[in-house]
Amino acid sequence: MKNHKTIVLSNQEISPGYFRMRILAPDYNRLARPGQFVMFRVQRSLLPLLRRPFGIFRAGFMPADCDTMPPKEFIEIIYKVVGSGTEIMQGLHHGDPVELLGPLGAGFDLNLTSGDSMLVGGGIGLVPLYMLAESIADPSRAEVLIGGRSRDDIIMVTEFERLGVKTFVSTEDGSLGDVGLVTHVLEQRLEQKPKARVFACGPMPMIRAVEKICRSKGVQLQVSMEELMACGVGACLGCVIKGEGHTSEKPNFLCTCKVGPVFNASDLAWNDCDSGGDVSDGDGCGCGDKQ
Amino acid sequence: MKRREKIDKTVHLQVDIAGIRLKNPIMPASGTFGYGEEYAPYLDLNSLGAIVTKGLSLHPKAGNNTPRVCETVGGMLNAIGLQNVGIEHFIYQKMPFLKQFDTPVIVNFFGNTQEEYGEVAARLDELPGVAGLEMNISCPNVKHGGIVFGTDPKAAFATVAAVRKKTSKPLIVKLTPNVTDIQVTARAVEEAGADAISLINTLTGMAVDVKTRRPRLANTIGGLSGPAIRPIAVRLVHQVVQAVKVPVIGIGGISRAMDALEFLIVGATAVQVGTANFVDPNAMATIIADLETFCLAEGVDDINELIGSLKV
Ligand SMILES: Cc1cc2nc3c(=O)[nH]c(=O)nc-3n(C[C@H](O)[C@H](O)[C@H](O)COP(=O)(O)OP(=O)(O)OC[C@H]3O[C@@H](n4cnc5c(N)ncnc54)[C@H](O)[C@@H]3O)c2cc1C
Ligand SMILES: Cc1cc2nc3c(=O)[nH]c(=O)nc-3n(C[C@H](O)[C@H](O)[C@H](O)COP(=O)(O)O)c2cc1C
Ligand code: FES
Repeated sequence: MKNHKTIVLSNQEISPGYFRMRILAPDYNRLARPGQFVMFRVQRSLLPLLRRPFGIFRAGFMPADCDTMPPKEFIEIIYKVVGSGTEIMQGLHHGDPVELLGPLGAGFDLNLTSGDSMLVGGGIGLVPLYMLAESIADPSRAEVLIGGRSRDDIIMVTEFERLGVKTFVSTEDGSLGDVGLVTHVLEQRLEQKPKARVFACGPMPMIRAVEKICRSKGVQLQVSMEELMACGVGACLGCVIKGEGHTSEKPNFLCTCKVGPVFNASDLAWNDCDSGGDVSDGDGCGCGDKQ
Repeated sequence: MKRREKIDKTVHLQVDIAGIRLKNPIMPASGTFGYGEEYAPYLDLNSLGAIVTKGLSLHPKAGNNTPRVCETVGGMLNAIGLQNVGIEHFIYQKMPFLKQFDTPVIVNFFGNTQEEYGEVAARLDELPGVAGLEMNISCPNVKHGGIVFGTDPKAAFATVAAVRKKTSKPLIVKLTPNVTDIQVTARAVEEAGADAISLINTLTGMAVDVKTRRPRLANTIGGLSGPAIRPIAVRLVHQVVQAVKVPVIGIGGISRAMDALEFLIVGATAVQVGTANFVDPNAMATIIADLETFCLAEGVDDINELIGSLKV
């Protein structure tokens, strides 16, 4: 774990609104594990203030281009332009200064990939699944189920195919692959391979549906979760998620940045309802106490 | 020859807060630095003036629902809800780590009632390795309709006086800026026995998602921190320095040495760095180095010369 003041190596649009950025990242090839993320500072000014969390798509190195230059380690991230930070990111070019804090968090448990594996992802959720697929010893036993609203949201299919992983594509509007939800495909595939372990990352409704399916079929599931993050290192306690057995009397809050972002689904509380709080203040100024 | 002289010169950065000797005036702000260990991979904790812990209470506290944080222009809102491991867990699980460093540990704490404040202070008083206590009075008093202790000078006085009886360690009282006249609160806590005053805690704020029309924080209201609040914080520190004799620690939006210097010049003896740690985990190390560079460039041998040197 380190903060690198580094530079962008390349930045390309791969599908409308989706970009792939390569960043010089010393040590990441050795250290980064599938499912981990970085806190990315999009420029060295105080605007935007906070770093943005991004999953590591892959780590690699470019061989030395001449004798005097050492090989360059890099990581790639894939991001969707959604707001102020990613808007700045899409305008970055080779050589632009950025900062990388990481690799952070707990990744996927590779021991679980020894048998049949199913990787379920929607949209940008495919990012950490790619590095997982790369690390699976026998890719022919892995399948990746890719879902999205329409064809623009379907990214990285060829990348997965190149790894020798079988891909299943579905879109809600039928503009690419099968018509319907990726979770429907998951149900079908689990009929064929009932012993498979499932790894999922994507929008919350998808994650919830995947969890339900896996629970009802008794299938082991690891999920990668997203929460708003300020620090990424377990200090601010902004990114918590409710753990298994959480109640207001016996709270079990887990830091998504430290314990996660990848969790065993069985370690989380899924009966969660979205409860807005009552009116009180923030930490420091009135601490938001609810008694 | 002349150049060499300049390089060899060192600046005296040591300051003293109520008997706590700090190597330099830079320390983290409570709640932005965890229990120290979270940032140890990025920063040498021995280089800091002090380490200030997340706010602790008698019993562990769960905190609020998410979303708990939200970025705003030049700042952020938080409503963590003072989640913490509780004083006992801190003593057995977190304190041993902090003791390894040659850096004073200041424990930030709070209570839901006046009695609870007293109990935590008494427990901390027994602990070797705790250099000082920082009392967060920006909390609602659950016995009195949730009125924030620090917004009522009488309640602030009574609570600080109760804590004062329980500890002989240096007691820093941390003020909320959400009051009409900060000088009244500052005098009240000084009179009640505070050895030092730190400020500011976060300013209450709110942000709305216009698409969903929901507040951006689950708690609706949160505390604003970061560069956006600095001018308000400098003004409040300036006012408090005028009102009290005890040393003052300046907090609010410090991200660079220049920011820290503003607080020192208006009269803060030391400063705390909060939100900037999230932006750059190495921020405090950079600030310390740049303070030294500034002093060398300005011909200042001792940082204490700068403290309260405001020309008006
Ligand atoms: C562990 C993790 C991994 C992620 N991996 C990827 C990835 O590989 N590719 C990708 O495109 N996105 C990923 N995200 C989401 C990504 O962090 C946000 O899309 C991004 O922060 C938006 O920044 P913005 O400034 O463009 O948006 P704004 O809306 O302007 O951001 C405002 C604030 O909200 C935060 N924020 C907004 N959306 C999200 C979100 N969905 N999750 C967390 N914080 C958010 C920002 O970090 C910022 O602090 C990941 C999030 C997490 C937590
Ligand atoms: C995420 C977060 C958590 C905080 N937790 C505490 C706390 O537990 N106790 C406390 O006294 N202040 C707490 N604060 C307030 C800070 O210590 C500091 O007073 C405030 O953030 C202003 O400084 P800054 O602008 O440098 O961040 C917290 C602030 C933030 C952003
Ligand atoms: S983001 Fe700060 S604790 Fe996880």
